[in-house]
Amino acid sequence: MEKAGTLKKRSQLQAIWFRFKKNKLAVFGLILLIILVGLAVFAPLLVSYEEDVIAQDVYNKMQGPSAEHIFGTDHYGRDLFARVIFGGRMSLLVGILTVVISLCLGAIIGSSAGYFGGVVDNVLMRIMDIFLSLPQTIMAVAIVAALGAGLQNLIIAMVVASTPWFARVVRSTVLSIRGQDFIEAARACGTPHKRIILKHVIPNSIGPIIVQATLEIGMAIMSIAALSFIGLGIQAPTPEWGSMLSEAKSFMRNDPNLVIIPGIAIVLSVMALNLIGDGLRDALDPRMKN
Amino acid sequence: MNELLQIKNLHVVYQTDEETVYAVNGVDLNLSEGETLGLVGETGAGKTTLALSILNILPPKVGKITEGSILFEGEELVGANEKLIREIQGNKIAMIFQDPMTSLNPLLTIEDQIGEALLLHRKELSKDEISQRVEEMLKMVGIPPERKKEYPHQFSGGMKQRVVIAISLACEPKLLLADEPTTALDVTIQAQVLHMMNQLKKELKTAMILITHDLGVVAEICEKVGIMYAGEIIEVGSLEDIFKGKDHHPYTKGLFGSIPDLNSDVSRLSPIDGLMPDPSALPEGCKFHPRCPNCWEMCKTTVPEYVDLGNGHKIRCHLFGNQNGGGGI
Repeated sequence: MEKAGTLKKRSQLQAIWFRFKKNKLAVFGLILLIILVGLAVFAPLLVSYEEDVIAQDVYNKMQGPSAEHIFGTDHYGRDLFARVIFGGRMSLLVGILTVVISLCLGAIIGSSAGYFGGVVDNVLMRIMDIFLSLPQTIMAVAIVAALGAGLQNLIIAMVVASTPWFARVVRSTVLSIRGQDFIEAARACGTPHKRIILKHVIPNSIGPIIVQATLEIGMAIMSIAALSFIGLGIQAPTPEWGSMLSEAKSFMRNDPNLVIIPGIAIVLSVMALNLIGDGLRDALDPRMKN
Repeated sequence: MNELLQIKNLHVVYQTDEETVYAVNGVDLNLSEGETLGLVGETGAGKTTLALSILNILPPKVGKITEGSILFEGEELVGANEKLIREIQGNKIAMIFQDPMTSLNPLLTIEDQIGEALLLHRKELSKDEISQRVEEMLKMVGIPPERKKEYPHQFSGGMKQRVVIAISLACEPKLLLADEPTTALDVTIQAQVLHMMNQLKKELKTAMILITHDLGVVAEICEKVGIMYAGEIIEVGSLEDIFKGKDHHPYTKGLFGSIPDLNSDVSRLSPIDGLMPDPSALPEGCKFHPRCPNCWEMCKTTVPEYVDLGNGHKIRCHLFGNQNGGGGI
């Protein structure tokens, strides 16, 4: 009874936070992400875009780490630290935005297909299959090539390319939830379909959706890198982790930290997101409370 | 007494690609306000299907009402528009499902789940009023209101069934469909839940259709009993008529013969021979004739009509057809 008393005082959000906190790795991931996002957001306060990020200083190119340039400089003499934190602005923005938008679209399409079944399911999923028939990155390349390069078109291309993956994952989980008794009980209560999907079906399929979302952010950051590499993504000299990697690969043998630093940035952000995703999936399930 | 529910000649089929299953075959049923009907029968007799068709939640695309009518408070439910159906579902007719373990959403607090029906059907209530009503409901079913913020997995089976009952009664429905509400519970909890349902029913003057295999449960809380076999109600009458009366459908006799009796000195039970017919290939004439000990020529060819033995006691069997002139509902 004492336990019931303490539980009662916590709101839903507090309860989720309480469970999230218990997972040390997830908290570590969250701190990591906050640092990465914080650096990206406050980058203009730390370094100057004009002087450090795009201004070339060829006399000081390819320098190792020093007090002045803590990560050293690249092949144009630009400060690597400044470029990495400014690069994070693009990579994280596009990655997260892409996943949020395609997650919403995919959840709507997938849950309608799974819940209603029949003709709706067939029409929606066959359309998704058409999109899935091309590899994600090639699909994005094709769309950006058609629309023209630019941040907005890049996001549109990435959303179109990753929505079908979400739709498919959501549909398959919804299929297993749809047959359960509490859905029938909700129907017997006169609950409209829209409410059943939003309140009962999607919350119960959140686990796989979150896993897919964290994986997909990593994929998105990689795809942007690939697009930037062939000149369809972020345009030089604007820094972006992926394009920094591909620029640096010719100097990799002599100056490995040019690939290591942006590489670590990508690894850290993907890892942080994965850890958070794991923790979130557990925290959102009230059965994990004990 | 006012007729709350009138079912006439209801036929329901489940249509799949391979076969058509005839689940309900011409059911007639009347229920007055506040009355409790026990619906008894073997598994697969169509009891649950009947309840699902009253609530209009037959499995979409597969389950279909092919014939007949369901009048609830004088309104036709078969083929009614969605708006009317939603108005009735959960509000005027509510259902208690068989398994409380799976009929609650594991991710919502029980407060949210009890409140959902109120949120949908009592739009005039404010958040505080809903919360207050939820607490009242919990008190009524014997759960401390402090536990309303807890999740289904924190309750035991019996408690969960109480929550399910609280959900179904939240809007004070006119009719409650209880589909084997005690099957998933152990015997001591069964007694508690039944006692509670009985009391709530009297308090709220709710009519109830109680679906069960258990004749003991029926004897405990029902006023009227219907015996179902192969999608038909083959005998219906007051509790008195069915349990103590002399004239019975042969199937009813068999059903009662399968219950151990402490007072009579027999060494064996007398179960009914054979199995229920495959509902996708029902026999001609009376559906019970292949298993019936009293079967004669007419049973094999003609479907029997209801015979009224007086006082609402009706039997669908040719054995009784001649003495009262037959026919009539």
